[in-house]
Amino acid sequence: MKKHSLVFLAVFVILAVLHQDAWNWDSSKLVFGFMPVGLAYHAAYSVMAAIFWGIVIKVAWPDDLEEWAEGGEGH
Amino acid sequence: MATVWVIVCYLGALLAFALGSKMFFRGTSNDYFVASRSIGPFMLLMSVFGTTMTAFALVGSTGKAFERGVGTYGLMASSSGLIHAACFFLIGVKIWSIGKRHGFVTQIQFFRARFGSNGLGYLLFPIFVLLVIPYLLIGVIGAGKTLQPATAGAFPELFKNDNPILNGGVPPWLSGLVICGVVLAYIFAGGSRAAAWANTFQTLVFMIMGLVAFIFIYNVLNQAGNPTNVAARVTENGMVVQDYTFDKESRKLIKAEKPKVVGKLKHPEEAKKWAGKQPHLTREEVEISHKAKHPKTKELIDKTRKVGVPWLMFLTYMFIPLSVGMFPHLFQHWLTAKSAKAFKLTLIAHPLCIMVVWVPCVLIGIWASGLLPWGMPPAAVLSNVLKALIGNPVLTGMLTAGVLAAIMSSLDSQFLCLGTIFTNDVVLHNSKKDYTDKQILFMARCFVVAVVALTYVLALLLQNQNVFDLAVWCFSGFAALTPLVLAALYWKRATAAGAYASVIVVAISWLIFFAMSGFGGEFTVLGGVMPVAICWMAGAFAMVAGSLVTRPPSEETVAKFFP
Repeated sequence: MKKHSLVFLAVFVILAVLHQDAWNWDSSKLVFGFMPVGLAYHAAYSVMAAIFWGIVIKVAWPDDLEEWAEGGEGH
Repeated sequence: MATVWVIVCYLGALLAFALGSKMFFRGTSNDYFVASRSIGPFMLLMSVFGTTMTAFALVGSTGKAFERGVGTYGLMASSSGLIHAACFFLIGVKIWSIGKRHGFVTQIQFFRARFGSNGLGYLLFPIFVLLVIPYLLIGVIGAGKTLQPATAGAFPELFKNDNPILNGGVPPWLSGLVICGVVLAYIFAGGSRAAAWANTFQTLVFMIMGLVAFIFIYNVLNQAGNPTNVAARVTENGMVVQDYTFDKESRKLIKAEKPKVVGKLKHPEEAKKWAGKQPHLTREEVEISHKAKHPKTKELIDKTRKVGVPWLMFLTYMFIPLSVGMFPHLFQHWLTAKSAKAFKLTLIAHPLCIMVVWVPCVLIGIWASGLLPWGMPPAAVLSNVLKALIGNPVLTGMLTAGVLAAIMSSLDSQFLCLGTIFTNDVVLHNSKKDYTDKQILFMARCFVVAVVALTYVLALLLQNQNVFDLAVWCFSGFAALTPLVLAALYWKRATAAGAYASVIVVAISWLIFFAMSGFGGEFTVLGGVMPVAICWMAGAFAMVAGSLVTRPPSEETVAKFFP
């Protein structure tokens, strides 16, 4: 496994752990005056997921797969 | 009547837009099944997102938040942002490349070739069909349940109903017929390309309409200082109360002098802990007793609802979004991509699109806990909030069109995918006859018509059954099958025996849990574990064990599937 794949796997696991935000479990604090903190955290988490996948695309995109796909019997 | 006209105009516009794709139709079966693998990044994003978000996205999320509170988003949406994208990257891109290289148009073709087994296809075929059909029914029945109250009063003489909320509304048999007819028209004409065009249009519509609904509702409820003040509250003596009412005539939110009691804590000893709190704003679980109408006798009965999400359920629900890795209709969408690079936009934007749709819906569901009767069925929450707070027929029509868009953007892909599977994996597979491309196209269209007709009839027969309860079971079934596709793509040692073992173990364990649940509905084991987690692990174990005890695949197979 390539080094960056291991790093991304580790970050993915960390993100999966961060999904379990036990610290917000019983908090009813409001963010922006109307949004419960448990919801605001997970909305930010969605943004974080998008950024994570953006970085994965930038660093670990499998360019060779496309080349391989183009050279087959399906054409 | 204005509501009906808005919906009719929407359906007309959709049909015109989708049929516009016919100009690009190349008349081949390859174009019909996978749009000649020519769909670019934006349309791929819209069609994948639109297909993934069913009626559940708008109607279900609001209803679930009304029941469970704020935890709904973390339970179903934020985890999907991470895991759906992982499936698109790890499974979708690889499937696209293998499909393109070897010319596959269905999932079963891929599994048959990868594991060198015809029988595996015959094992998977009924499983896929049985898991997709309830999903289709949810769409058609959901459309009927959305349209009837939204159009109530439009045809008082034509469609009489004892229930005043439904009287004069378009009945489910007609709405189902229209929805199926519209989807059939463009799928019949343009296949995969028409589905991609229609999904792009519909996804934009339901995203915009969801935001419009949110802004209107926010503005109305903001009269309470902030809209979240409206959510139900627990009093010092353990009663659950609603502090506000909405006066339709003056269009004002009024703070009630005496809060309306809608329930009470099931365990009164928890009253001190919960006093002054709004249970929908946290994920801590609390049981609340309330009254609800019996669906048949209409008498008031005692019910208990759990607001909040138990930790184990929250954790193991993360297996559910894996289902996108095995959805046959999504598989077909992946194959329509012009290039692997077309997936890049989907990977980044999918979590954000989920956020744009789900955050407003979850908030509306939380706020609705302080306005609607607690016995209201979750599926009816969104339409009732819209009707109660907005009350503008044109806007109601536009928002109903948004809900229909979410429903239809999944229906079309599912109809097409079943037609494609029947044509390619049942009729053409092993057929000794040489069919021309025109004959294949004709056959596919006939199958699509048959699937649509069957779905419509089943929806009529089952319209009073709570098929929404089946949704999570469909997702669970597909999610539990993902060890199969992961092993097929990433483990050279995976064999046909492992594949059979995995599918059979998943099917048996799923059936056991499904029966234990009483054939549908929310069900957990071991104090909150979702059955899908156990089915998935059993399937993964069976795949590994079955593969290791049999001979590895041939070098030829490995070379064919592992670049």
